[in-house]
Amino acid sequence: MTRSVVRFLLGEEVCTLTDIDPTATLLDWLRATRRSLGTKEGCAEGDCGACTVVVGTPMDGTMRYACIDSCIRFLPTLDGCQVLTVEHLAREDGTLHPVQQALMDCHGSQCGFCTPGFVMALFALWLNAAQPDRGAIEAALQGNLCRCTGYAPILAAAERMYALGDRDADRWRTGGVATAARLAAFQDGETIALQHGGRRFFAPADAEALAAILLTHPDATIAAGATDVGLWVTKAMRVLDPLVYIGRIAALRTIAETAEQLELGALVSYTEAWPAFARLHPELGRLLRRIGGAQVRNAGTIGGNIANGSPIGDTPPPLIALGAEIVLRKGDTRRTLALEDFFIAYGRQDRAPGEFLECLRIPRLPPDALFAVYKVSKRRDEDISALCGAFRIDRDADGRITQARVAFGGMAATPKRAPACETELTGAMWTQATTERAAAALDADFAPLSDWRASAAYRSQAARGLLMRFYLETAGGESLAHLDDARSAAHA
Amino acid sequence: MPDIGAPERVPGGVASATAHDSAHKHVSGAAVYIDDIAEPAGLVHLYLGLAERAHARIVAMDLTAVRAAEGVLAVFTAADIPGENDVSPVGRRDDPVFATGTVTFHGQPLFAVAAATRAEARRAARLGRVEYADVPAVLDVAAARAAGAALVCDPLRLARGDAAAALAAAPHRLQGRMEVGGQDHFYLEGQIALAIPGEDGDVTVHSSTQHPSEVQHMVAHVLGLPSNAVTVEVRRMGGAFGGKETQANLFAAVAALAATKLGRAAKLRPDRDDDMVATGKRHDFVIDYDVGFDDDGHVLGVDFTYAARCGNSADLSGPVTDRALFHCDNCYYYPHVHATSEPLRTNTVSNTAFRGFGGPQGMLGAERVIEEIAFALGKDPLEVRQANFYGGPGRDVTPYHQMVADNVAPALVDSLARSANYAARRDAIRAFNRTSRVIRRGIAITPVKFGISFTATHYNQAGALVHVYTDGSVHLNHGGTEMGQGLNTKVAQVVAEAFQIDLRRVKITATSTGKVPNTSATAASSGSDLNGMAAQAAALTIRERLARFAAEKHGVPPEQVAFLPGRVRVGNQEIAFVDLVKQAYMARVQLSATGFYRTPTIHWDRASGKGHPFYYFAYGAAVAEVAIDTLTGEYRVERVDILHEAGNSLNPAIDRGQIEGGFIQGMGWLTTEELWWDGAGRLRTHAPSTYKIPLLSDVPSVFNVRIAEGVANREPTIHRSKAVGEPPFMLAMSVLHALSDAVASVVDYRVCPRLDAPATPERVLAAVTRLRAGA
Repeated sequence: MTRSVVRFLLGEEVCTLTDIDPTATLLDWLRATRRSLGTKEGCAEGDCGACTVVVGTPMDGTMRYACIDSCIRFLPTLDGCQVLTVEHLAREDGTLHPVQQALMDCHGSQCGFCTPGFVMALFALWLNAAQPDRGAIEAALQGNLCRCTGYAPILAAAERMYALGDRDADRWRTGGVATAARLAAFQDGETIALQHGGRRFFAPADAEALAAILLTHPDATIAAGATDVGLWVTKAMRVLDPLVYIGRIAALRTIAETAEQLELGALVSYTEAWPAFARLHPELGRLLRRIGGAQVRNAGTIGGNIANGSPIGDTPPPLIALGAEIVLRKGDTRRTLALEDFFIAYGRQDRAPGEFLECLRIPRLPPDALFAVYKVSKRRDEDISALCGAFRIDRDADGRITQARVAFGGMAATPKRAPACETELTGAMWTQATTERAAAALDADFAPLSDWRASAAYRSQAARGLLMRFYLETAGGESLAHLDDARSAAHA
Repeated sequence: MPDIGAPERVPGGVASATAHDSAHKHVSGAAVYIDDIAEPAGLVHLYLGLAERAHARIVAMDLTAVRAAEGVLAVFTAADIPGENDVSPVGRRDDPVFATGTVTFHGQPLFAVAAATRAEARRAARLGRVEYADVPAVLDVAAARAAGAALVCDPLRLARGDAAAALAAAPHRLQGRMEVGGQDHFYLEGQIALAIPGEDGDVTVHSSTQHPSEVQHMVAHVLGLPSNAVTVEVRRMGGAFGGKETQANLFAAVAALAATKLGRAAKLRPDRDDDMVATGKRHDFVIDYDVGFDDDGHVLGVDFTYAARCGNSADLSGPVTDRALFHCDNCYYYPHVHATSEPLRTNTVSNTAFRGFGGPQGMLGAERVIEEIAFALGKDPLEVRQANFYGGPGRDVTPYHQMVADNVAPALVDSLARSANYAARRDAIRAFNRTSRVIRRGIAITPVKFGISFTATHYNQAGALVHVYTDGSVHLNHGGTEMGQGLNTKVAQVVAEAFQIDLRRVKITATSTGKVPNTSATAASSGSDLNGMAAQAAALTIRERLARFAAEKHGVPPEQVAFLPGRVRVGNQEIAFVDLVKQAYMARVQLSATGFYRTPTIHWDRASGKGHPFYYFAYGAAVAEVAIDTLTGEYRVERVDILHEAGNSLNPAIDRGQIEGGFIQGMGWLTTEELWWDGAGRLRTHAPSTYKIPLLSDVPSVFNVRIAEGVANREPTIHRSKAVGEPPFMLAMSVLHALSDAVASVVDYRVCPRLDAPATPERVLAAVTRLRAGA
């Protein structure tokens, strides 16, 4: 059972689209087809946020709204969603939404080109958070670049907007149930199958259909949040055929926390995973905050972060250090694999044709195990790691290290463990001398590259520094080893 | 009850913190940028084919596949250009639209494709087959020097006194080198042009440009048309920062070429990556210095060489490197000084204007010298700064022989040091650093003195056109362009003030070469100084006619006519402004006028290096506090305090926006924004994924910004205001120096860290490591 029509709401208007290019972006459709011109293109790669729109999805009988980058969102993936753009915020009589009014009152626009994107990112914050603190505002706006204002007035607007209107009376909050009901009518169990210009697109509604499609099309490109795959189209102009979009499959979006482990379906977004990650370990929560901006965290998935096989991979280093394993499925056959074994070489993973990543299992740390993950990048937020180091140590009653798992991203062609370093640690006492020996051993583990993010020499030196930071923070006596702590201490 | 003491003010007049005129449109998505203009039927989309070598002869260029690609209507190369294949803004004919014979940087345009859709044009542009014969490429300053130091234009030499003798005789002397990186503008709206053909081969171009007149001249030059056949219009830009002063020329010329050849509207909008690869940036510099000083830290003599990577053509490198030299003093008096520029030709994209225009790089040299002296003598750098400030008998002459007559730097620095509690915080930081093993803090206060005026004296002119309609509404047009800086708002405030009418009665219209001709670029911070005066002149001409008419009609002396908010007092009666306008119209009084302004007193003789190139100086100061992680070089800017002057501000809200925005942009330049070319001359940081401008979370958690009060411009500028576009950019030097201070702590401040820019975490860690190794 398939259909070739895509249905979603643009504001309150039902859009029923047929014969669409499966990799047309929402942004291009808004601007070129709809001539809805408030949404801007700044980079076409999901980094500047000028194209930010809010997408609503039905959840538990009401709507859940999140901002995304429309420049890398493929149009047919909006099936069953509601799209809100900057044009939808002001009332018909021209009265501005509190978000817009606050930006205006605070002189939050200069050239104005980034402004619609900020409006929509702030609108998502408005819908989802009451009185966020500065940290939450920063996190909500990490995916939006402004080159004119220096951000101070935008920060002020994010605080002021709550004084300009009643969130609970916001029509997009009060209308959630009705909108969800409208969208429920679009929900069916059918696979969306599109053919356009000789290219094929499938969006199965459940995992069984997905498994079947991938058996028929084993070399298909699989996309979820498309925060990377989108760029293959917008930047590399690659032709993706066939393309399989898995974002409709609710069964892949589950989060199960047990006493032993955290199990995440492959489709769980960074945003959805964040609280569970933070509960698993605060360090993981801290890392999640530094992945992309809100738009990318809302769209991008943990599964995609793994399956994509980036040599840097924000989450793989800590997941490897924690001993995570993944479940791969082909047809009805499943196999479980230690995450570290999934990454074979640059651009090559242990995923067979027709196979897909189904879920991820992260074992809980023993209470006395030590763990940390540190990301180093040129810019603190919304940047790709120069390197990312994750460290986990278990000790016996005497304090002797019984197990060490050290993994790095950005230091090799894949996210990779550091066996020589681990060997130095294992069996030793957790002391500065041990740390220094283990840090020196990292040079045997990695021969990193030089590129625009960092030189090889810096990567090696910083990697050693991160291990020392881990020691200083966990061994006590150094309360200010971490810059975040230093910042909060300075302004407590 | 009205406050008797407060004068009645017209709504939105000068000095009011009026919102940007487009703010409502910005937040509602209704502001129209060029890509939002309704597309004429039959519009074609253009895309550029770019060179894939840094330096090579073009052996063959086969565009068959491009022409055959789906949707393609035409392909244009240099052979299709009816006029001159050149868009050099300085008449050097070294900036081809399309390269011929030899490509001189990676990313240089070779051809353009016209297709029905942008996607088709973009795909087709990748299908060109070009055979190259590589020629050795010169990619940076060191390579350019090694290859014979070819220059793109004549260097400048400034000299006063006998620097060599002063250096030789000085009790202390040291030499050093500083490397300063470039910067991409990263305007959020990329380059774009929309050309619409007219009759007689005429063309109208909507260009995202800071310099419509130059675009007009360049389009005419390329098409072989007189200037009167080309009209260039721009309502607003989505940011520019200097990146659309000359860089819009090529895009406009290509769009106009296609439009006139095809008889269809044509639009050229490159992707962000192509925009960053193919357009010029801030110049990176290598600064060599040799300074002699006494025990108290006074500079006795100094010699600077400012070498700049200019790229493959002159563009504006001459005036940019000149301005670097003009700012090698910053706020400091040099008894004996010698400075030379070295504008080097390289096989990289031709560098161009960027906020500050060489001034920031010039000042960094001055501040490095100050820092070197402070470390050499074990003094607080602030003390050395204060010891060297301009002021006192004989200590008020710049290296270019202009007197510094308006120096408020010492007062600003004193005031800021007090309000920011600099001394106590510095002590506390030093105490903290003594016990902190990993995290180290640093603090620095740096001043800014920035020369206001185009150093090309003829640029310091402006025109405006004002119409008063019979309903009392006003149509305002001037030669400046709106790029977000609020120029249109400020100029409209000036006009509202002149007529004493509500700002909402003044309509700001798109800049057009058809309305105000022969304009200068909106650049050099001059926008409101020049255009505000021109618009005021136009408004006052009309006001004068109205006043004369009113006096005659009512039989009162002219001095008994006064313009009050919304009305005019004529003798003992008051008439609504609109009624007076109607009466004047009926009496056949002209209600339209042009205005013109040229900056007085300035002159400059480049050959002798002497003159009075700047009308006045703009000043400011900043204190920055940072924390660095000595294990990784990561850092945070924790607190910044700014005190900046804007004269009698025309609009404190807009000026504050310029100060905050300029500072953060400057901070990006000196911290995370790193341009990185590979060995083949390819720019690899060509998108926001790889090129990192500041985010909201990079804004210091404490960010105190104060506009200095009671500092009216000494010169009779528009309402005694001061230019504020560029000067605040350089306040960010405080961040670099605070990072340096933090680094120095690892060797107990015994060694100058010589931290280069941008101070990425990698450079900070390298400096920490270098100091520790040498200590």
